[in-house]
Amino acid sequence: MKRFWKSGDPFIWLSGGALAFSLVMVAGLVILVLVNGLGSFWPSPIARLTLAGGKELMGQVAQREKIPQPGAPPGTPERYRIQVRVGNRDLYGADFVWVEEANIVRRDFPAEAVLIERQEWGNLYGFIKEVRDGDRVVARGPVDGWKGLQASLPGATSTSREIRRVEKKDIGAINYAQEQIRLRMKKLGMRAREGSPEVAQLQQELETLAAKYRVQEARLAELRQSSRQSLVVSAAGDKEKELSLAQIVRAYQPNAMGLWAKSGLYLSKIWEFVAGEPRESNTEGGVFPAIFGTVMMVMIMSLVVTPLGVLAAFYLREYAKQGAFVSTVRIAVNNLAGVPSIVFGVFGVGFFIYFVGGSIDRLFYPEVLPTPTFGTGGILWASLTLALLTVPVVIVATEEGLAAIPGGMREASLALGATKFETTWRVVLPAVMPSILTGLILAMARAAGEVAPLMITGVVKLAPSLPIDGFWPFVHLERKFMHLGFHIYDVGFQSPNVDAARPMVYTTALLLLLVVLVLNLTAILLRNMLRRKYASSTF
Amino acid sequence: MATRAEMAVEEQRGEVSVRASGEGQRGYNRGVPGDTGVQGQGGEARTRMEPMIEIRKLNLKYGEKLALEDISLDILKHQVTAFIGPSGCGKSTLLRCLNRLNDLVDGVTITGTIRIGGTDINDPNLEITELRKRVGMVFQKSNPFPKTIYDNVAYGPRIQGLHSRSAMDEIVERSLKSAALWDEVRDRLQESALSLSGGQQQRLCIARAIAVEPDVLLMDEPCSALDPIATAKIEELIAQLKKQYTIVIVTHNMQQAARVSDFTAFLYLGTLIEYDLTKQIFVNPSKKQTEDYITGRFG
Repeated sequence: MKRFWKSGDPFIWLSGGALAFSLVMVAGLVILVLVNGLGSFWPSPIARLTLAGGKELMGQVAQREKIPQPGAPPGTPERYRIQVRVGNRDLYGADFVWVEEANIVRRDFPAEAVLIERQEWGNLYGFIKEVRDGDRVVARGPVDGWKGLQASLPGATSTSREIRRVEKKDIGAINYAQEQIRLRMKKLGMRAREGSPEVAQLQQELETLAAKYRVQEARLAELRQSSRQSLVVSAAGDKEKELSLAQIVRAYQPNAMGLWAKSGLYLSKIWEFVAGEPRESNTEGGVFPAIFGTVMMVMIMSLVVTPLGVLAAFYLREYAKQGAFVSTVRIAVNNLAGVPSIVFGVFGVGFFIYFVGGSIDRLFYPEVLPTPTFGTGGILWASLTLALLTVPVVIVATEEGLAAIPGGMREASLALGATKFETTWRVVLPAVMPSILTGLILAMARAAGEVAPLMITGVVKLAPSLPIDGFWPFVHLERKFMHLGFHIYDVGFQSPNVDAARPMVYTTALLLLLVVLVLNLTAILLRNMLRRKYASSTF
Repeated sequence: MATRAEMAVEEQRGEVSVRASGEGQRGYNRGVPGDTGVQGQGGEARTRMEPMIEIRKLNLKYGEKLALEDISLDILKHQVTAFIGPSGCGKSTLLRCLNRLNDLVDGVTITGTIRIGGTDINDPNLEITELRKRVGMVFQKSNPFPKTIYDNVAYGPRIQGLHSRSAMDEIVERSLKSAALWDEVRDRLQESALSLSGGQQQRLCIARAIAVEPDVLLMDEPCSALDPIATAKIEELIAQLKKQYTIVIVTHNMQQAARVSDFTAFLYLGTLIEYDLTKQIFVNPSKKQTEDYITGRFG
């Protein structure tokens, strides 16, 4: 026994086991997220269920589970129930129903069943009854109706897209310009110069803008007039629903689709998810603003945290006289990494938002007050808060890198007549670059996954506009933003329609993982490039 | 080359031991300490050659510990001077006094004067970087920067503010040629210096040191981490370089001191025991301690 222990085999087994356990945990997590996330985009068939009472249901089966039967004698047959997504929330009130399998008399998959994804009210399941243009019926019945729908949907979609573009972009630009002029007038008013020619000029501009607005409004009305096509769908339970074609995001017949068509739809749904805007209080549509917000926040954070952490580490290791004080500072910095992130959030609110942001507002944006500009949560403050949160990581990594640089390298530079600064700048900094990047990688991973401090420093459920857009000065660091991590929390726990939102939780988590992975891979590639350039000594 | 040099040393050592046993007493008596520190024939040599480095009454303390005690010696221009002695005798410390690299160490106090080319190097008005440009150094462990071969050699001139590309090319080529490395690296100047072998790295460090055209080249056990062939190359190089530079070399290896140096200083426990022509030291040392050390009775 003693010999067995001495041989070291148990240690190898123990360490290997620990590694295997970790791998299984990680792989399990990733697989869970992958299956649940990616699976939700696949168009599953629409089932028509006839229940024992003669009642009919139609929808997609979401999940199946065993009904617990506490106290039942052994040998009792197991009972199952299925959750069906019946959609038609405007007709039935709820998206999902539970059905006991024993109650199902008949289950079939009619080929004409249509799934319509709508701008509002979620999915609609049913059979097409009529396609109308105004009051005129264009096509009737499930087969002809489907053909008619196919023919007129692209036109209707492009019209509704045009309407949205006009509303958001053209009218948005006018609104923005009007707001700017109003602010300038207010500014002039504050300086008591109401009567000056500038004010008159601004008034003039306002009127021009109002005229432009009227033009766009007329255009909108015209567009709305042209999109009078509608669709009448008969749904299970003898209900009918008429909806405008402009409301339709996508319509398809999953039971009639082949593998290729389904794959195409799958990809287009993934694309919508990645590149689209959210709908229906974030439970549908895409998460592009959240991806954008996450990446931009991580970038700003990196820009702040790298110089800050690296400079601090350089002072600690290269310039400060090593002693009790420096050791204390070092321990304090390391401990900072253990402070709960929400505490950093509170600090961010108190210091950055109220103190710094409030001061900026009083100094530079007095005309907007009492509406805060920088004095409220925004992407800049969130990034700075996260930079504070992650700065210990960068400091520690850089310091370790500095400690690992052989002293001989510094001496060699000094012996060539370089000053300490020249040595630091030309020899030490390039040599410590890989360590800095390691620190940055860790900091980015931490920042991208952090939610708590963001919730109080600038993340919102739905941001009306991205922090970068076409209006001067193009980058709006004071704006609130969306974030993937917060999106997961919001969709998973704050959503009115939890069942419909569940797949979004997984897909968003998957996306967050991917974003972190891409950010990290970029940094790792950069680091490896640097390492190759300064290949390790052959000595 | 190496074998021949070693054989020569073997011969010398044989002679040394004969003399040490036969005429040791005479050698001991010759050690009359002069104020220059150079004794015997070295003193005669001094009348012919001007000193490059003059060290007078040098004391160095690490905190309370005296590391160098009352050292006075002259190092002559265009000669190779070796510092030998057992580990911890202060030979590296003495070497590092010459370009004030000891300033980096906390708690070092130095008294006495060191003049290089007539300038007091501890003069507070002297820019330390100026001194270090005049006194190049090669270290025990080769320490090329993690940059390309070219950038390693160009480092010193760049620090001094040279930016002309053509002039820099010329300096790099000349330095690498002087360090007998040019033929091996001429096609790979833009590769990392760390891809070179140990001996090549050390020659690169020599090239880097002489690129700034110093007056003095300090070498702190430059061959201790190299194999015999690389060592032979460096030694050959030292013989070449002494035409242009004054070289001070610290070595553990007594054969090496005998092979490459013109003068040898033997230090023991922070004091200078004997300083003389290398031939004299190895053939006919005047002090008992020197003789014991050289013949391997201790150390």
